[in-house]
Amino acid sequence: MSEAAAHVMPQSQTDQVAVQMVGVHKWYGEFHVLKDINLSVDAGERIVICGPSGSGKSTLIRCINRLEEHQRGQIVVDGVELTNDVRKIDSVRREVGMVFQHFNLFPHLTVLENCTLAPIWVKKTPKVEAEEIAMTYLARVKIPEQATKFPGQLSGGQQQRVAIARSLCMNPKIMLFDEPTSALDPEMISEVLDVMVGLAESGMTMLCVTHEMGFARKVANRVIFMDGGEIIEQNNPEEFFNNPQSDRTKLFLSQILHN
Amino acid sequence: MSAIEYQAPSFKLEDLWTDRRWRAIFVQILALAGLFAFLAYIVNNTINNLQTLGIETGYGFLNDPSSYDISQTLIDYDSRSTHGRATIVGILNTGLIALCGIITATLLGFTVGVLRLSGNWLISRMMYCYVEFTRNVPLLLQILLWYALVVHSLPRPKNALEPLSGIFLSNRGLVLPGPEFGSGSWIIFIALAVAVAGAIAFRRYAKRIQETTGKIYPVISISLSIIVVLPLLAYFAAGQPVSLNWPALSGFNFKGGLTLRPEFLALWFALTIYTASFISEIVRAGIQSVSHGQTEASYALGIRPNWTMRLVILPQALRVILPPLISQYLNLTKNSSLAIAVGYMDIVATIGGISLNQTGRALESMSIVLAIYLTFSLSISMVMNWYNKRVALVER
Ligand SMILES: Nc1ncnc2c1ncn2[C@@H]1O[C@H](COP(=O)(O)OP(=O)(O)O)[C@@H](O)[C@H]1O
Ligand SMILES: [Mg+2]
Repeated sequence: MSEAAAHVMPQSQTDQVAVQMVGVHKWYGEFHVLKDINLSVDAGERIVICGPSGSGKSTLIRCINRLEEHQRGQIVVDGVELTNDVRKIDSVRREVGMVFQHFNLFPHLTVLENCTLAPIWVKKTPKVEAEEIAMTYLARVKIPEQATKFPGQLSGGQQQRVAIARSLCMNPKIMLFDEPTSALDPEMISEVLDVMVGLAESGMTMLCVTHEMGFARKVANRVIFMDGGEIIEQNNPEEFFNNPQSDRTKLFLSQILHN
Repeated sequence: MSAIEYQAPSFKLEDLWTDRRWRAIFVQILALAGLFAFLAYIVNNTINNLQTLGIETGYGFLNDPSSYDISQTLIDYDSRSTHGRATIVGILNTGLIALCGIITATLLGFTVGVLRLSGNWLISRMMYCYVEFTRNVPLLLQILLWYALVVHSLPRPKNALEPLSGIFLSNRGLVLPGPEFGSGSWIIFIALAVAVAGAIAFRRYAKRIQETTGKIYPVISISLSIIVVLPLLAYFAAGQPVSLNWPALSGFNFKGGLTLRPEFLALWFALTIYTASFISEIVRAGIQSVSHGQTEASYALGIRPNWTMRLVILPQALRVILPPLISQYLNLTKNSSLAIAVGYMDIVATIGGISLNQTGRALESMSIVLAIYLTFSLSISMVMNWYNKRVALVER
């Protein structure tokens, strides 16, 4: 219970840096996928990242929890610099939660077991306690009654909410979202966005790759536009949508807002 | 308008071939009746034919002396023993080769399967070559090849290879130091049983502790230590009743120790290496069938790679691996009947071979062989299917 309550408290130390990327480059073989990324995210910030498909958005946020390795530059997450040191990678992954486009729930475990697996095996939380925490978060994403079902028995929207609860059970300081609503039927998008809005209001540091511009206007305090592996433009949502600076941003916005 | 009433299904004769449900039952009854009629005809015919030829039928010959020798036996046997006892020797030899083969083929197969997925180019290529070579050469050829290697390429006992002191490899087979149980050895077996029970109890205890306090014990290593240490203590407490019987060269062959004969070695190697190549492909396909997103989700939660393999990947891969793995176990068991090619006295070579030839009871002998293979295969199937059910997935 106490762990859940911690999130509801608004975080006051917004001056603390959660993620710091300095001069980050990444290549897939010959292909230069991230070019000189400089990004600083304060604790409690809500960042929305958008841009055309293939622009490197997923790669950027996957570098933050080391699902991808960068080749040049520096990434510091919550005071820990990401290197090949497995202990540092472990400690960063414990602090950073991630939600995927295709949910990636563990199909052989029940919803409750999905949520307690990492607390039990990584944090060594007693099972009863882990289950209590899991039930609190399942209640927060509004599906406590599904706890004993298997992921295959749930709808897409429900699965994505379980995925969010599963991440929250590790009590992360930072949450990464990679197009969490892109694989969902339209009528299920809002139930997931509602949960994300609630999370943002509780003060969670969030980096979301999404094309849900309504969500960006509502909760983001900064919108980042990427194209061709570069950060082209970043601004607060008001300025970003009403007064885009670069031509590429204007083109992109006209494309996604007109259909 | 009258209310809609439930109408009891009425049955008309033509429903037998027009109604989907009735037709299914009807066809099955017809098929079964046909099968029984056919079997009755065959059996009746055979018995009549044998009677007109004046050939005796029945299983009484199993009590007659067999008057042939068997080189490798797990129980006491000589040429004065009965055909029945020869059958049991054969059953035990088939069981031995199947059990040994299944264990080593599984270990080798899983290792090769995982190594083929390794990022190391050289290792994965080597494993690829091994798989492609062994599964494309007929098993009979491989058995003969291994047999020829053991019998013709290895030195005579006088110059036997001694890879470890006390272990000799020669064209007479592999000779190992064998245990010799003195009086009081039973204490060690009791200790072993207690240790296994203790390890199981510890597993339960560790699970409960983890559920209540979250502490994780290294269950596997502690269980193994219990199982090793306790019998060892008993061994010393009982005054070291077990001694090793060291093999020694005497004349042209070794005396003492435990001998694995060339035909057993050749069959065991060939079955292991042949079946393992199939198992490795099954394991590789199983692991690859689990999407990479599962690994990523697990990593993102902070679960380390080896725990990810154990908690997330393998449980999912197993449900893909198990059904074809069962087939491989059955194949290995049935393929062990090729033993006859190198003279390993399994069930086919004993009751289905020499006994059959000596007594002329072809139908009876073959029915015994058939029944025994069926028993082996169905038991393996039952155990594995039960396990398969336990790991099955629930889908919408
Ligand atoms: N594992 C990989 N190997 C090679 N190229 C990749 C790999 N992953 C992504 N890419 C390429 O990198 C580019 C950026 O990918 P990604 O970060 O997924 O873009 P986005 O999420 O913005 O659509 C794409 O052109 C993609 O084809
Ligand atoms: Mg993407």
